Amino acid sequence: MSDLFTETAIVATLAAMLRLAMPLLLAGLGEMYGQRSGVLNLGVEGVMLLGGFFAYWTTLSTDSPWLGLLAGVAVGLIMGLLNGLISVTLRAQQGISGIGVYLFGLGLSDLLFQKIVGTPRIIDPLPEIHIWLLRDIPWIGDFAFRQRSIVYIAFLLVPLSIWVLNKTTFGLNIRAVGENPAAADSLGVSVTRTRYATLTIGGVLAGAAGAGLVLTTGTFQQNFTAGLGFIAIALVYFGAWRPIGVMLGALLFGFVQALVSQLKALELIPVSQQDLYNMAPAVITILALVAVSQRFQAPTALTKPFSRGG
Amino acid sequence: MTSRAKASGRLQRALVPVLAVVGALAIGAIMLLALGANPLTGYWAMLEGAFGSGNGLIETALKATPLMLVGVGITIAFRANVINIGGEGQMILGAIFSTGLVLLLPDMSGFVLIPLVILAGLLGGALWGAIPGALKAYFGVSEILSTIMLNLVAAQLMNYLLRGPFIDPNANELGAIPQTERLSEGADLPILFGSRLHSGPVIAIVAAIAAYILLWRTTAGYRLRAVGLNPDAARYGGMPVKRSIVLALTFSGALAGLAGALLVFGSESHRFVTDGSAAGFTGSAGFNGIVTALFGALHPLWTIPSSFLFGGLLVGANSLQRAVQVPQALIVALNGLVVVFVVSSDWIRQRLGLVEAHQPEGNDEQVETAEVEP
Repeated sequence: MSDLFTETAIVATLAAMLRLAMPLLLAGLGEMYGQRSGVLNLGVEGVMLLGGFFAYWTTLSTDSPWLGLLAGVAVGLIMGLLNGLISVTLRAQQGISGIGVYLFGLGLSDLLFQKIVGTPRIIDPLPEIHIWLLRDIPWIGDFAFRQRSIVYIAFLLVPLSIWVLNKTTFGLNIRAVGENPAAADSLGVSVTRTRYATLTIGGVLAGAAGAGLVLTTGTFQQNFTAGLGFIAIALVYFGAWRPIGVMLGALLFGFVQALVSQLKALELIPVSQQDLYNMAPAVITILALVAVSQRFQAPTALTKPFSRGG
Repeated sequence: MTSRAKASGRLQRALVPVLAVVGALAIGAIMLLALGANPLTGYWAMLEGAFGSGNGLIETALKATPLMLVGVGITIAFRANVINIGGEGQMILGAIFSTGLVLLLPDMSGFVLIPLVILAGLLGGALWGAIPGALKAYFGVSEILSTIMLNLVAAQLMNYLLRGPFIDPNANELGAIPQTERLSEGADLPILFGSRLHSGPVIAIVAAIAAYILLWRTTAGYRLRAVGLNPDAARYGGMPVKRSIVLALTFSGALAGLAGALLVFGSESHRFVTDGSAAGFTGSAGFNGIVTALFGALHPLWTIPSSFLFGGLLVGANSLQRAVQVPQALIVALNGLVVVFVVSSDWIRQRLGLVEAHQPEGNDEQVETAEVEP
């Protein structure tokens, strides 16, 4: 057990925590925008898979991970708009339509990978950026400021989202549309346009999350998200629909995952029991949902499509 | 409404899922073209493969079995206005319970063992359905999220067991395939007509009919549907709303669990085997069952033909892959499109004036559960 408390092990675990929190944070923040405006988007996982595939393929063909990230974001944007079409314009039943989007993304990313790429090859990941001065802070610098660029982007989106939601007209509109769409509508706020906007943000961030995963590991495999997209949705509930809450949730999950893999690396978990430890994120998600379910109030209009006079 | 108008309304309602499938296949054709394959050749091969031969039909029936059970289960949940996306996990638990039982009692005669296997499958799935049911009823936890999380938990539990306690003792080394030994012959599902066809499809059809009777001929089923139609009214009417929610997910899970058990004991290898993922065992039937349920208009009996159709698609996907070299994953993507199209079409139906007026105010879920059928 003492191996776990060496400086190297602790720094490695904390660095991994931030890295593993990144996709959850990106996807979770994106999902939060949608839910605050009253739309539950269950298709996050599918968008992550598609974004991840296109990021991988673009990087493979251009050797530029930045172009790869851009491709992932672009796919996310398109999927976000399609989601608007499904959930807002067509008023689909949100609990199910998202599963359709998930299956679509799962199948299409697998199909394209097999057909276009075939054999897995390693791609260049996004570069690590060691932030000048900050990287030299003892301990903290070692794990927090020697990360890949996408990790910083994800965490910078937290204060940005706080500002957007609380200090801008757009943020006010999002909250109004999510709490009382009819009232917002009567005051001239377009429910449709606001929800399209939040779903597009959600799509972009889910695409970025999938791309971020692929561009930190340098590999793609079928269903590489393995449920992370769904955990990100749960984080929004867990985080009480607030950016800080979502971030704390993402950090908790990043930490649990990092700890489990560190324990495995140090051979503190018997090989035969590793699968049991892999349950941890999902079990904690369920317990967290139970813990918070009656404490926080979801946006009133969540999952309810809006139509005037309807 | 006159009975004639009612009949034509029903016809038009039935058209929506059909159009959804046609639309998905049309988009699939565009995808095939984009990948440089001839869609006509591909789809023809698919049809041939699924329905063109005796063997194809048998495979289709076998593939349809888990889809039917999961689909009927999802229908039961849906009727109570709960969404069960936990089919994958419930199938796995059914397989774990039934396999565990057979490993414990290997020498029992089939006469006793097979009913026990079925019971254990139902029980495992029921447990994995009752948990999210109770969490929703008593803690307000979204069943959508909890069922998905339980899928992840079940997959890891399966991996643990198949790599550890359940592993084939003849291959007990690191890196061996995660699978059991060849399970006791007494538990093999009876074979029909001396072919590869086992009795699984028959059991599934019986289960679908039983679900129909449950929903429309019993008090529990009536309550369940009443809760689904309008929970507030049901509560004022003195119905046990919470218990109905738990019950719906328990039934729903039980059928998926049975599907998992049949998958193990009807498999060619007669082993419980995976590749380390949930889909490696279930073939994603837990998700694809959602498609068959929707295509079956959320009616247990319509889910029977619906499952044969989608089972056929899965079998045909093999032939499609051979004919035009496009991976079977295409079918997963198309299934997703069918789901999206079906649930998006309420709006289309309203636009076309096929359905009278709008949903009642305050009805969270606007699924077409609103008509009580004969």
